[in-house]
Amino acid sequence: MRKFKVVNNITPSVDGKGIMMGRAVFTDDLAAQNSLVLKVLRSPHAFAHIRDIDTSEAEKYPGVACILTYKNVPHVPFTRAGQGYPEPSPHDKFVLDEYVRYVGDEVAVVAAEDEETALEAMKLIKVDYEVLEPVLDFEKAMDNESVIHPEDKIHEMFPIGFEPKRNIATAYEMEVGNVEEELAKCDYVVDETFYTQAQAHAMMEPHASNARLDEHNRLVVYSTTQTPFHMRRIICKTLGLPVDKVRVIKPRVGGGFGGKQAFHGEMFVSLVTLRTNRPSKLVYTREEVFGSSYTRHPMRIALRIGANKDGKIQAIDCRALSDTGAYGEHALTVFMIVGSKVLPLYNKVKAVRFGGKVVYTNHVPAGAYRGYGAIQGNYALESTIDMLAKKMGMDPIELREINSMKEKETSPIFEIMGEGTEGTAMIMESCKLPYCIKRGRELMNWDEKYPVKQVGPHKVRSVGCAIAMQGSGIPFLDMGSCTIKLNDGGSYMVTVGATDIGQGSDTIISQIVAEELGTTMDKIIIYSSDTDLTPYDCGAYASSTTYVSGNAAYNAAVKMRERLIKEAAQELKVKPDLVEFDGKTFTSGDKSVTLEDLSTGRLYNNDTHQIAVTESFHGHVSPPPFMAAFGEFEFDTETYEYKMVKYVTITDCGTTINPMLARGQVEGGVIQGYGMASSEEVLYTPNGKLVSDNFDMYHIPTVKEVGELVTEFADSYEPTGPFGAKSVGEIGIDTPPAVLCNAVYNAFGVRIHSLPITPQKIFEAMKEKK
Amino acid sequence: MLVKFNLNGLEKEVNVKANEYLLDTLRSIGVKSVKKGCNASSCGVCTVLLDDKPVLSCSILTVRVAGHKVETVESIQEEAAKLSECFSKEGADQCGYCNAAFALMVHALRKENPNPSAEEIKEYLKGNLCRCTGYQSQQKAIRAYLGGEEK
Repeated sequence: MRKFKVVNNITPSVDGKGIMMGRAVFTDDLAAQNSLVLKVLRSPHAFAHIRDIDTSEAEKYPGVACILTYKNVPHVPFTRAGQGYPEPSPHDKFVLDEYVRYVGDEVAVVAAEDEETALEAMKLIKVDYEVLEPVLDFEKAMDNESVIHPEDKIHEMFPIGFEPKRNIATAYEMEVGNVEEELAKCDYVVDETFYTQAQAHAMMEPHASNARLDEHNRLVVYSTTQTPFHMRRIICKTLGLPVDKVRVIKPRVGGGFGGKQAFHGEMFVSLVTLRTNRPSKLVYTREEVFGSSYTRHPMRIALRIGANKDGKIQAIDCRALSDTGAYGEHALTVFMIVGSKVLPLYNKVKAVRFGGKVVYTNHVPAGAYRGYGAIQGNYALESTIDMLAKKMGMDPIELREINSMKEKETSPIFEIMGEGTEGTAMIMESCKLPYCIKRGRELMNWDEKYPVKQVGPHKVRSVGCAIAMQGSGIPFLDMGSCTIKLNDGGSYMVTVGATDIGQGSDTIISQIVAEELGTTMDKIIIYSSDTDLTPYDCGAYASSTTYVSGNAAYNAAVKMRERLIKEAAQELKVKPDLVEFDGKTFTSGDKSVTLEDLSTGRLYNNDTHQIAVTESFHGHVSPPPFMAAFGEFEFDTETYEYKMVKYVTITDCGTTINPMLARGQVEGGVIQGYGMASSEEVLYTPNGKLVSDNFDMYHIPTVKEVGELVTEFADSYEPTGPFGAKSVGEIGIDTPPAVLCNAVYNAFGVRIHSLPITPQKIFEAMKEKK
Repeated sequence: MLVKFNLNGLEKEVNVKANEYLLDTLRSIGVKSVKKGCNASSCGVCTVLLDDKPVLSCSILTVRVAGHKVETVESIQEEAAKLSECFSKEGADQCGYCNAAFALMVHALRKENPNPSAEEIKEYLKGNLCRCTGYQSQQKAIRAYLGGEEK
């Protein structure tokens, strides 16, 4: 493998120091002085029709500048999903509507001089609600008498199985071979059904946006967004503005995890600023972040897997039902990934089927969330694989080793299933899954610990394992681009649309450029995610940044190197192919010129012109990262309380551009996934109000709950990636639910079929077992 | 009402409402390093030092700090810079929204207990939530910063 100087080396994050020292760099830190403060009046009902709304008293309240209701905003259906165009999510949302579809849905927006004034004025708004019967059980949503989206204007952008009159947001079916025939021939068949919950992103920075008009009278929106370019497009289409009148800026973002791919307050701050000519801002409260943004799609997943006595899995049948809540953001694409980034793990089957429906309910809307269907599917599949191994009397690791994906292999699923459309055939050019399994087994000391050991009078320790895959961007759709401009003194200004939301994309893109140009990190200045100043990028989602934006940066750096060599050849009066460049000096025989001199001369006194290049990239494949994970947990055999002892992951994400940031992605993902597996319980009242809307009720892991994390990467090289890299943002989250579920089984012989896996559920399963 | 307090070594006089919290006061006078995360004393990102002790500024009324000493990360810039180097080496800096608060907590911990064990560090920081890192890298970085070997 090639030896790198910057890439694959430990390099500090470009922004770590400034952020730790407290610089004002996050969205709300940058709101204009004297901004109008926006507060949103939210529905107390899970489902209601607003017969009338009277804001006359509130408007008279001193300090109120503007009130928005469905009566005075554009009535154009759109999707807040923050996806490419045309979107695979239904256009089923209005800026404000005469229907409210969950407790927390937007009724009106008050803009006032300060927060207290806005809240006082809000109390004066009179809303006449016709309360409707809500749908709060997603298994009873389809063809329910209550139709959540009865309005006519809503539509799909292309066929996605949208049937709103039946409460169906989208539907999908696929089959390779004949699953029923194959299952009938199998020596062993297991049949299991699992439920997953509406996990909250719980990023530390609440959603925020603010708007102002600049000296050209253009609208400038600052947002905690993962998708600034999509946001500009959607604001303009929905509010009827030309694209050239709007600028979206993403400052530093305090965690996204998919939750900031979609819209939050941007339509409101835009409208208020355009109407009042005043800067405005909206920051979600923590309760709004939980109860009025988006969640992970809760699902029911039923799996049937058949295998023969020789240990070979023959067929997989996966039926799923997904709850998209009140609106259909990411309904289809998350659903498809339950199949497309999970089932290819076992690629040697003769038949595989996947399908089902995504239904509307009157719950908090679901949306994009790290893992994006793969974590739900992984919990179901990898738990069922363990059940199959048990039934066959086989070692669960051996069953995985025989049947899982290997390098140079493929799966027919890749060609059939894409992101809401057909997919793209691809061969696994890099897949070190067999190594990951073998190495993880060693590091966990699995053979010693499996399945369970008594470690105290009421304490046992058990282990569980799972494998996972994800993707690297959306082929042929997702595009990233990068501009590199040479400064005098020989440094480079790099501008990218790629969206750093805390994962460190500014750092790894700088590393990629520095590596190719043979320079050091201090010579790279990076600026990202500003629709006026940076070239386009689809944004931070679908594990696309390292692979898609990283490849764009690589392409731009290659072009810049070629360009510099041409310039130097001219300077040295030799042919370009005779010029060598070590990053600092161009040499040809005994002639040389330094980059510092060349770059300064080109701006001031020697054939003056600006040297700059722009390049783009979109993938033709989406090479999956792979992972094998092994968890050890200690259980109290009387109370069933448990703790994580150790969690071993071995990841194949190709070259790790920044080994420390890659580790951060994996470990952060593992603990977020462990939260979903263990403690993040979602509670609603019988009337449909989310109760778990704060950190006391919704328990995310603290430092006390984290065991020893052993995180390694396989030696792997993806030929289509920048310096051999694949993406690594999501895969870490996928395995903990199945790993924990399998460990519980190995400890007690009971299978927990829903998340989170609480001591109470283990207790109840044990009672049933006896 | 007018409240006088010492902010990062300078005497400040601020006009506040009786029901105003220190977090909102600080941000309104331009101290943006103090963050709002939950506004309910559950996440730790609004941590400041009040007379050298860490407190959650979202739950302290500004009138209560009259005559007291308030410090934010601006008062420990060198320490924050050094801690950030340790964070970088361990891969512990991601979004960083919670990091200024971590710097203040580590500063306070070192004053109270210059040589804490790994378990004591965890116990001291258990109220400071982080959704990005999975905590282990932060713990390693903090141990490296405090100069102690794992005890």
